[in-house]
Amino acid sequence: MHSKLFCAAALAAAFAPAWAQEKSANAFNPGISLILQGTAATSKEDPEAYRIDGFAPSGGEVGPAPRGFGLGESELVISANVDPYFRGHLVAALTPENEAEIEEAFFQTLALGRGFTLKGGRFLSGIGYQNEIHAHAWDFQDAPLAYKAFLGGRLGDDGVQLRWLAPTDLFLELGAELGNGRAFPATERNRNGANAASLFAHLGGDVGASIAWRAGLSHLRARPEDRAFEDAGVVQSFTGTSRLWIADFVLKWAPNGNATVTNFKLQGEYFRREETGELGFDDMVTPSSGAYSSRQSGWYLQVAWQFMPRWRAGLRYDRLDRGAVETAVPTVGPLASEHNPSRVTAMLDWSGTEFSRLRLQLAEDKSRADVTDRQVLLQYIFSLGAHGAHRF
Amino acid sequence: MRSIIAFAFAALCTPALAALEIFACTPEWGSLAQEIGGARARVYTATSALQDPHHIEARPSLIARARRADLVVCTGAGLEAGWLPLVLAQSGNPGIQPGQRGYFEAAAAARLIEIPASLDRAMGDVHAAGNPHLHLDPLNVSRVAKALAARMRVLDAPSATYYMERELAFQARWREATLRWEREAAPLKGLALVVHHKNLSYLIAWLDMREVGALEPKPGLPPSAAHLAGLLDTLKRTPAKAVARAAYNDSRAAEWLAREARIPAMVLPYTVGGTKAANDLFGLYEDTIARLLGTLR
Repeated sequence: MHSKLFCAAALAAAFAPAWAQEKSANAFNPGISLILQGTAATSKEDPEAYRIDGFAPSGGEVGPAPRGFGLGESELVISANVDPYFRGHLVAALTPENEAEIEEAFFQTLALGRGFTLKGGRFLSGIGYQNEIHAHAWDFQDAPLAYKAFLGGRLGDDGVQLRWLAPTDLFLELGAELGNGRAFPATERNRNGANAASLFAHLGGDVGASIAWRAGLSHLRARPEDRAFEDAGVVQSFTGTSRLWIADFVLKWAPNGNATVTNFKLQGEYFRREETGELGFDDMVTPSSGAYSSRQSGWYLQVAWQFMPRWRAGLRYDRLDRGAVETAVPTVGPLASEHNPSRVTAMLDWSGTEFSRLRLQLAEDKSRADVTDRQVLLQYIFSLGAHGAHRF
Repeated sequence: MRSIIAFAFAALCTPALAALEIFACTPEWGSLAQEIGGARARVYTATSALQDPHHIEARPSLIARARRADLVVCTGAGLEAGWLPLVLAQSGNPGIQPGQRGYFEAAAAARLIEIPASLDRAMGDVHAAGNPHLHLDPLNVSRVAKALAARMRVLDAPSATYYMERELAFQARWREATLRWEREAAPLKGLALVVHHKNLSYLIAWLDMREVGALEPKPGLPPSAAHLAGLLDTLKRTPAKAVARAAYNDSRAAEWLAREARIPAMVLPYTVGGTKAANDLFGLYEDTIARLLGTLR
């Protein structure tokens, strides 16, 4: 009996097809990838003193790359299906300050059906176009000014997201999010329920074989409480309602849809924010507060053109409109400025493979009133490990 | 107002005319699914023969199509790793997720070659499971057809007999055609070729041809001047009959080498739709062999 079993096993082993995979315990290990990033930069003005005049500081890391050599965030991405019903995804950022930050940590449903997907945890919001794209996949080293001013770089909140995809040939997706408000323009408030909510709709499709496009409309509503910044010894805080609208579109062109040799990408977004509420002015002597309302906007338009295999050139124009700011109390710092920031950025990058990219970026940055900052930087982005898929 | 909404919904929700909605990642599997599914399958092919299957984007239109699919038919072996996982994750369609009945990988039914002994990205774009361009071996097509038909029978049980009959008819025609191609292609035995990418390996193995070199220094890397110069040197010692590339491969490197080495540069359809004559799987093989035989004249 034993010898029979042995023979069967030996035969099975002998005839086992070469492509059969070994089923060991670590076959269930999640896909792991690591992103390494860094810069070498020069700038005419001090990046530490960076501010966007005309706009209340967003509290995010929005400044240009540090002068000299700088390490970017190293991202560790771990992702796998939990079971037939859920997928889990973690993006941990190891910051140059030797801290670990959770950038994203969420579950996503696989089995709701009828086009519904529910996401929960910490995730990049679906509003706008660039918001959901990871920094290493951006066409420029830093975020557009509008993202910096209105979302502190980008919106990533703790909460839930529900998406619905229409059963149509035309891509139509609707989404809603509830968040805790940890991210600008909201604030966390010690109360039950959500502190930020957003809605978005995306529409997309193809034009012939060569063009693909997507357009979207998003709305974010938050009720920040004591959203404060300090300037020259004065603490200025806002409590009220913040409403943000974003219109976005992206168009990609590649001959016959084959992006290997040449391709072109046009991307633009328009932001408009209205805030109404109370603004506090605390100079540690005679604190006061009064009504505040603002209507501010901003937009950017950028192109990236792969003119030959591996090489891409890009150009971006940013513009913010300070708009109307009405306040009953004095304002300080960037909020006191009536400047309309703008910036022009150019880049050239080389990608050895889809896993490596080196970039030269030049910018003429008029974020600050009366100052033109000239920034030059070199950047590297390397991806190791599991083959990540990139969003459209 | 209500009638407008009703009309909008009616316009948006196109009724499913066919029993089985199939989303094929590549044209060869779209063609095969149509062979088996006949009138009871509606096949959408996500990519064309002019697109590099390694570099597809998760376009909104693909996500929208995946939403309604009953069955996703892809190559597997990592060929679609750069886009398919995103399309599936965003489709909101539980039936086509990996591991479900509506998710079909051709590589699971085929026999793969060039399985790397070790894995390192320094070797270029190598696939752990082996060379994924597996449809240019007629035996693989036959194996995949069998597995695909079995899957379609499970998904659409009422049409099981229909799919079985169509599959058997396809297998008979395919077997007969394969024998004919092997006869016709007999003079190609030993034919030395330079390829652009390792996407013709199965064809070369099947017809007993020889690959003298590849224009890509390593799989997935664009041809470099230094590598092409080296290849030209190699060709002086071991001459090749032609430089062959797929319809989606960039022509410049192939044409440069062909000119320098004084051999013809040849475009092979690679998949259905790659050339005018390659209008289905049979046309693909017929045109490929005709073009290869052309180099002998």
